[in-house]
Amino acid sequence: MQLKEVLDKYPQSEDYLIEILMDYQKHKMHHDLTEEELKTIAKHLDIKESRVSSVVTFYSLFSLEPKGRHVIQVCHDVPCHVNNQTAVLNTLKTMLNIDVGQTTDDEMFTLEYTSCLGACDKAPVMRIGEKTFMNLTSNKVKAIIAEYRGRKHA
Amino acid sequence: MINLKINGIDVEAKEGSTVLDAAKEYGFDIPTLCYYPDLRINSDCRVCSVEVAGSNHLMTACSTPVKEGMEVKTNTSKVYNARKTITELILANHDTNCTTCARNLNCELQDLANTLGIEENRFEKVLEMDAVDDHNPSIYRNPNRCIKCGRCIEVCKDVEGTYVLENQGRSNEVKVAPKYGKYLSEEDCTFCGQCASVCPVAAITEKDDTQRVFDAINNPNKHVIVQVAPAIRVAIGEEFGHKSGGQWTGQLITALKRLGFDRVFDTDFTADLTIIEEGHELLERVKTGGTLPMMTSCCPGWINYAEQQHPDMLEHLSTCKSPQQMFGALAKTYYAQSSGIDPSDMYVVSIMPCTAKKYEAGREEMQSNEGMQDVDAVLTTRELAKMIRSQGINFNNLKDGEFDTPFGITTGAAAIFGATGGVMEAALRTVSEVVNEKPLEKIEFEDVRGFDGIKEATVELGGNPVKVAVAHTLKHAETLISEVKAGKSDYAFIEVMTCPGGCIGGGGQPYGTTNKKRIERIESTYRVDDSMPVRKSHENPTIQKLYDDFLEKPLGKKSHNLLHTHYHPRHKKV
Amino acid sequence: MPEQKMLTKRIGDINPLSIKDALEKGTYKQLEKALKMNRIDLIDEVEKANLRGRGGAGFPMHIKMMSTAKQESTPKYVVCNADEGEPGNFKDRYLMENDPHIILEGILIAAYATGASKGYFYIRGEYNQAISIMKWAIEEAKENGLLGTGIQGSDFDFDIEIRTGAGSYVVGEEFAMIESIEGKSGRTRVKPPFPTDEGVFGKPTLLNNVETYCNLPFIVDMGGENYSKIGTKTSTGTKLISLSGNVTNPGVYEVPFGTTVREVIEDLGGGVPNEHKIKMVQLGGACGPIIPEFMLDLQIDFERFEEFESKTGAGAIIVMDERQDLFEVLMRIVKFFQHESCGRCTPCREGHVHLEKLVHSFFKGDGNPNELYSLESLARVMHHSSLCGLGQSSPISIISSLSYFRDAFHDRMAFGGGEK
Ligand SMILES: Cc1cc2nc3c(=O)[nH]c(=O)nc-3n(C[C@H](O)[C@H](O)[C@H](O)COP(=O)(O)O)c2cc1C
Ligand code: SF4
Ligand code: SF4
Ligand code: SF4
Ligand code: SF4
Ligand code: FES
Repeated sequence: MQLKEVLDKYPQSEDYLIEILMDYQKHKMHHDLTEEELKTIAKHLDIKESRVSSVVTFYSLFSLEPKGRHVIQVCHDVPCHVNNQTAVLNTLKTMLNIDVGQTTDDEMFTLEYTSCLGACDKAPVMRIGEKTFMNLTSNKVKAIIAEYRGRKHA
Repeated sequence: MINLKINGIDVEAKEGSTVLDAAKEYGFDIPTLCYYPDLRINSDCRVCSVEVAGSNHLMTACSTPVKEGMEVKTNTSKVYNARKTITELILANHDTNCTTCARNLNCELQDLANTLGIEENRFEKVLEMDAVDDHNPSIYRNPNRCIKCGRCIEVCKDVEGTYVLENQGRSNEVKVAPKYGKYLSEEDCTFCGQCASVCPVAAITEKDDTQRVFDAINNPNKHVIVQVAPAIRVAIGEEFGHKSGGQWTGQLITALKRLGFDRVFDTDFTADLTIIEEGHELLERVKTGGTLPMMTSCCPGWINYAEQQHPDMLEHLSTCKSPQQMFGALAKTYYAQSSGIDPSDMYVVSIMPCTAKKYEAGREEMQSNEGMQDVDAVLTTRELAKMIRSQGINFNNLKDGEFDTPFGITTGAAAIFGATGGVMEAALRTVSEVVNEKPLEKIEFEDVRGFDGIKEATVELGGNPVKVAVAHTLKHAETLISEVKAGKSDYAFIEVMTCPGGCIGGGGQPYGTTNKKRIERIESTYRVDDSMPVRKSHENPTIQKLYDDFLEKPLGKKSHNLLHTHYHPRHKKV
Repeated sequence: MPEQKMLTKRIGDINPLSIKDALEKGTYKQLEKALKMNRIDLIDEVEKANLRGRGGAGFPMHIKMMSTAKQESTPKYVVCNADEGEPGNFKDRYLMENDPHIILEGILIAAYATGASKGYFYIRGEYNQAISIMKWAIEEAKENGLLGTGIQGSDFDFDIEIRTGAGSYVVGEEFAMIESIEGKSGRTRVKPPFPTDEGVFGKPTLLNNVETYCNLPFIVDMGGENYSKIGTKTSTGTKLISLSGNVTNPGVYEVPFGTTVREVIEDLGGGVPNEHKIKMVQLGGACGPIIPEFMLDLQIDFERFEEFESKTGAGAIIVMDERQDLFEVLMRIVKFFQHESCGRCTPCREGHVHLEKLVHSFFKGDGNPNELYSLESLARVMHHSSLCGLGQSSPISIISSLSYFRDAFHDRMAFGGGEK
């Protein structure tokens, strides 16, 4: 989706900054925002770029760096931790052959930690893009990753 | 009045005042760090924490309003421990090489650590060294000394409306920096230095040029001359322990002579000259239907701002160079010729209240001799004080000296250049007498004086009422600009100064400059004016002589070449 | 004590994607009743009910409502806090995904009572499903004249907009949330003024938790007096508990105040699975105290929880069995807060870095008495002097561990061990 289309969806008012950034970033293949785009957004909303920069670097879902096509976020807070989250994470690391914070060579996957996803009753939990996967086991994770790898559009 | 108890003592405080104010009034000193008078209170540092009965959490004195019946304790062990721990935390993430730091012995963090008696730090050093920004001629940023007090952000955003500095990132990774951590030179920074003037530590300072000046002084082949801006004489004493509101012209001259400058001149002289040129430019514009309102051009912070933010407004700017640059131009032409010195053997230093002047001096337009800047080095009031101290010159014991000729005889009109409204008032004194062809009955234009952000006045010129306006801080200037752009402005002439209060409140003035001090300096400025034998620029005899001997006439060809300039839109690409 | 379902009674029964279903099952009936009441009388009922905030701080709802209602400045705003970012909490998500209209009804009643004309429903950006469901519910409510002008034929106008977070826990703090709604970073503001005086865009703002609003229709229905009979004398009503960790049946349970932690874990949660034993339980969420097994008979109510100097009203219970290492758990908690600190005030911004280092020392097994002293003192200073609730409450887990598991610290110093 073009930036302009996203901008047109929202009132031209500065309080929509975060909504616009979230919406637009979602449509980007590599889930990142560039300075050029942010400048356009700042101009559109008539706000300072220093403010936009401040917002983008404050919220953890925004990124100035390109990421993999699929961003895998693994929760590592206490409820997941006590439910064997480490095993799940290790499986992911091995399968993808990357560490947390890294992207696979084929730019398919980025592995990250996330703060609690609010699904602690179904721990351990991870998210790929907007989809949450719960009650994970190493085997489940293997199947999920295999499924993503198999997708054509990826 | 509100009644409360502080450390068991009954205290009365004004409604709306804070615990900090009330405590101070009664002799209880509460340490502060992020708090700065005149700036919005963010209470981020938490150093001023006190106990308030009824709350298990500590409250920050700087932000807590007094309440009837409140019981405050400012020095319990809980309070002391909190302050100490907080300070240790800051120091653990700070480049504490105090002895080799620009703020050594003049640092609010050092003071705080000393006051709290911190002799060791329980916390491990966690500082990760970051690159400094020394990519511009005015401002030096050292993030390794930043304590994230937020003062610079408030000044840049709320006072100036320039929005260059912001919190970037979050948690312990937060940085106070321009967007995406860029250099100030890549940003729309006006180099006003207001951030440096409020920074409690050495995280933002002026770029230090003292060594270059020492080198020039110590070079026997250089004829080193110095000019001092009007705002220095009403501030320099504060560097040596005096209260604000005095004036130290005589000692300042002697100190400069002792430092080894070959000639000590007064920028007031070219301030008078500015008035003559600018006054005539205004009249010319009015007569020929030129772009109005005309806007003053002696403040380089404002020029930077106009070039960055309002490239379409540049025609409104007077083409006159600032007094500093008029001085430089005359020094390396008229003075060089008349004293038989090759301009390339001359070294021109200015003492300015301003960091933007450092940038201005380096502009490529500022060369009256090809390939040679008219002004070679610019020092702030603070840098000058450093030089004076370093040479063992006891400022307070100095006898008064006198400016050298030919750039030493000046007027009261020039003296008030340092105060907001001063340039306007000086110009009005001259313009109205030139147009009305009779002496003014009252030469004080009270309407343009004072600390209001925007001031207006109407004057009679040749029987017509003419409206003028004065703004200090770019935020207030922006208001006037919007009016001009919207076609809603009927002013003929607008004065803009970047710094609050004008140059007397400049970014290079002594640390601890507050609006209260600014007002005191302004008052002192008007006292200087009052005491001058000549108070109108056009009556300055040496100016008249300068035109006779060299420049010929205002707005003449020589003036055009030496005293006027032009501006460039600057548009930064990402 | 069994569950006492009030807020969650219809869940499972009601189709969250159908306002028709919701209307048929009685949703918005209480709004209709409220709209016929005098605004002040309505707030009086809330006072009689003694409803206290369910988002953490437990502040009396009627005081905030009254102070918003009394403001002359307009427009007034109502904000629903659905940021729910605290590890171990998921009850607001449960409500949003299963019965969105009961929340909207509650918000509408609050808006009417306070004279607010505009609402913001702030949901954390990670809750994609809840966001879609709430969006849909709002659309349907608009179509059915429950939002907009002249709601239910009255002269009450109200509209609500969803705002989503973008990855920040501290945005759950009220002023941080207000900043975020204005399109800024989530850094809190200095109080006073409070949100009810100057909130969103500087206007009077009532800001409450999802669950808090959900109680309003029930108060209108049964009257404040009757409502106050549920729970204990001082903590009235029910509480949704998010039960997680090493427990057989994790999930959301609704219990009356006064229920004990043990009852929730054992009677409702089925205890710890696979013959393991409870070692410790964290109450409230990551910012709550960690207590040992012998304290589980503690009642869930505001007074008991306040004894821990913590604001644990959000209602999470995280069960940890004997396999879990206290220090590893503390590391996770500290890391979470370290990452989520807004970075504004010194104790929290700089303090977490050192808390983490100190806890890590014990985790590795080489803590020493000086470090123990520093840890304790730092945790207390952060608790006492941080600017907002994040820095104030994040050290609670450490402070409580130092009270109830002090031996574990001493053991580590004496015998080392730790990191496997
Ligand atoms: C760091 C922090 C995070 C918070 N997160 C939430 C949250 O996710 N949801 C919530 O309702 N309240 C949260 N709160 C509490 C809110 O500041 C506020 O007290 C609450 O939303 C008021 O609503 P209530 O009175 O209905 O509980 C948080 C507070 C702090 C300090
Ligand atoms: S800024 Fe202050 S504390 Fe820091 S090194 Fe300089 S003098 Fe020392
Ligand atoms: S010099 Fe002026 S414009 Fe530049 S960052 Fe500092 S305050 Fe802002
Ligand atoms: S640069 Fe100076 S004024 Fe700005 S936040 Fe850092 S310490 Fe404070
Ligand atoms: S306590 Fe933490 S989150 Fe709250 S204002 Fe301070 S730094 Fe920010
Ligand atoms: S001086 Fe009060 S919080 Fe910093």
